[in-house]
Amino acid sequence: MLGIIRQKVGAGGASLLRTRSAVSALRSYSSAGKEMTVRDALNSALDEEMSADPKVFLMGEEVGEYQGAYKISKGLLEKYGPERVLDTPITEAGFTGIGVGAAYHGLRPVVEFMTFNFSMQAIDHIINSAAKSNYMSAGQISVPIVFRGPNGAAAGVGAQHSHCYASWYASCPGLKVLTPYSSEDARGLLKAAIRDPDPVVFLENELLYGESFPVSAEVLDSSFCLPIGKAKIEREGKDVTITAFSKMVGYALKAAEILAKEGISAEVINLRTIRPLDRSTINASVRKTNRLITVEEGFPQHGVGAEICTSVVEESFGYLDAPVERIAGADVPMPYAANLERLAVPQVEDIVRAAKRACYRSKLFQIQGI
Amino acid sequence: QGIVLDFPGGKVAFTPEMRFISESPVERVHCYRVLNDNGQVIMSSKFKQVSEEIAVKMYSDMVTLQTMDSVFYEAQRQGRISFYATTIGEEAINIASAAALTIDDLVFPQYREPGVLLWRGFSLQEFANQCFGNKDDYGKGRQMPIHYGSNKHNYFTVAATIATQVPHAVGAAYSLKMDRKKACVITYFGDGGTSEGDFHAALNFAAVMEVPVIFFCRNNGWAISTPTSDQFRSDGVVVKGPAYGVRSIRVDGNDTLAIYTAVHAAREMAINENRPILIEALTYRVGHHSTSDDSTKYRPVDEIEWWRSARDPVARFRKWIESNGWWCSENESELRTSVRKQMLHAIQVAEKADKPPIGELFTDVYNVPPSNLCEQEKFLRETMKRHPQDYMPDVPV
Repeated sequence: MLGIIRQKVGAGGASLLRTRSAVSALRSYSSAGKEMTVRDALNSALDEEMSADPKVFLMGEEVGEYQGAYKISKGLLEKYGPERVLDTPITEAGFTGIGVGAAYHGLRPVVEFMTFNFSMQAIDHIINSAAKSNYMSAGQISVPIVFRGPNGAAAGVGAQHSHCYASWYASCPGLKVLTPYSSEDARGLLKAAIRDPDPVVFLENELLYGESFPVSAEVLDSSFCLPIGKAKIEREGKDVTITAFSKMVGYALKAAEILAKEGISAEVINLRTIRPLDRSTINASVRKTNRLITVEEGFPQHGVGAEICTSVVEESFGYLDAPVERIAGADVPMPYAANLERLAVPQVEDIVRAAKRACYRSKLFQIQGI
Repeated sequence: QGIVLDFPGGKVAFTPEMRFISESPVERVHCYRVLNDNGQVIMSSKFKQVSEEIAVKMYSDMVTLQTMDSVFYEAQRQGRISFYATTIGEEAINIASAAALTIDDLVFPQYREPGVLLWRGFSLQEFANQCFGNKDDYGKGRQMPIHYGSNKHNYFTVAATIATQVPHAVGAAYSLKMDRKKACVITYFGDGGTSEGDFHAALNFAAVMEVPVIFFCRNNGWAISTPTSDQFRSDGVVVKGPAYGVRSIRVDGNDTLAIYTAVHAAREMAINENRPILIEALTYRVGHHSTSDDSTKYRPVDEIEWWRSARDPVARFRKWIESNGWWCSENESELRTSVRKQMLHAIQVAEKADKPPIGELFTDVYNVPPSNLCEQEKFLRETMKRHPQDYMPDVPV
């Protein structure tokens, strides 16, 4: 269930060979009695990676003295000092450019955006400096950098604090884009991101920070790591495939519970990585269930669901028994008023109804006599 | 009066007089100069002495840069390369600043500093290979001409985005500082580049982080067709340094010895005091912005010609080395002929060389090629085999 991978970290100036041996996989773990919040998962992952590699350092607004705007970097300034936990002036473009420059010369920066909405002020450096440098320099400049922070909708924060950037970054070759859901995801994927020699965009979710998930001893081990590019089947099913990432995984699982009571067995896939997308897991699932619903909080046009739909149409068209449907946020900048906000993001009921439509079980079809 | 109070940020003295600081100074910041227009050392000038060997290498490299520019420009006009940008008028900036540094100092260029690479040993053939995008190009044919880059020369690959290299340089300087290395970073940009947000963020940050970086501004008067009067309203770029807490100097950008001395001093301060330094070199962009530009459309031809001849930094430095008995007209004609010949040869070789093989289309996107690109490469090769008539015969596989 949990993949332990061998990763070689070596590019540009820094050369650190790190092997995570298969021994950990053999270790038996007690049944999950321990729970951990996503916040603690991220904090512990950062702590362990900074401890293991002196080249890893954290940079961003409020990450040091304030312990992190969302307390993700709590305790790190005290433990590692101001050289490795940098409170930056308010300039996303500035500190992103500086992070890229530091990565060019062999450091491994973890750059925090207070929210990815603010990464728009730095997107030139993320795309034109970080993503493309290895290619443009023909391998002479590698950028082992991680850009992380909360992404997507929170609660009552309005248009400029609720935008989901998963599809924006995932469209760019040269970047890897990760979207953890659970604490296990948060730990394993953040560690993988920090160790990866390529630039990684790590999209967290503010509302998930406080959520607790069970974690096994394996997950808690400092060598734990999840493979990038591998989705996880959170719940197996046979009637309809539901893909989701980040907070929507929780919603999809709730929808699956409701559907199960009505005799529909939904398979829920937690994408974990948006780029590279795990097309083989998605397609294998659709070939089994013949129906697909994609779920995301972000805007529908050119979204993650659009890409997944195309992948399935390209590779598994003959297996589809119903049109692919994408559930996404409303095509409007996020409103503030609570009632409007609720209508602008997918809810569990939306996923349930879509799954039923795919299974020809919706009231609409029943009325039409299908 | 005389009462001082503590606000966040430190003590300030009060004044009952409401006085606005003027937007423009009574006098512009003075410009450091060593050689006059005739290549003679100005009487009271203090400068860093240069040995004959270094001086002759500096001069030869300036001539080489001039000749290289001229030959590549012609090659573009003949359609042999797609694009070029000359460094005419800024040879002293390129060579003298490079000469004052060591090979361990990292260079983050804009795009008008090939002379720095030349000084460090990049060969004419290596320049030509990049311009032709052939298989020997260190950039594997990924970028337009003049986007040079070479790890072994500590010269970071040129990117077309303006001023993005400035915060990169600060980050790299931070890395050097963490390594406790006795080296600094230098980054170059033009007058136009100082309008970018990146410039301001980088200077501010460098001062706060206390890192060893030299910000070298080539104020050549023009950003394509935009004169500096449309670019900013400050007294040039040098006054922006103190605004961020950065020590700064203005120098004559056509004066080889002034640049050499200033960069040498800047490097010492940067490394020993872990501080950023801003150098504004006043100069003139004699050439067009690039081969896609015709600057006679927006500035007078006689102005260009005056700067090309009367204010040529190369000729000015030649007068100085000749006055020291280190150079003569025989050396001159020999050097120019030899370099031109080497350039023409380099171009011929670069032109004939194969282009990069198609496998290089897919590498370096990531550290390890991802499965989708491996599949695409396989598919492309199969398609090329099945339909050879649709693909160029001279593209190596």
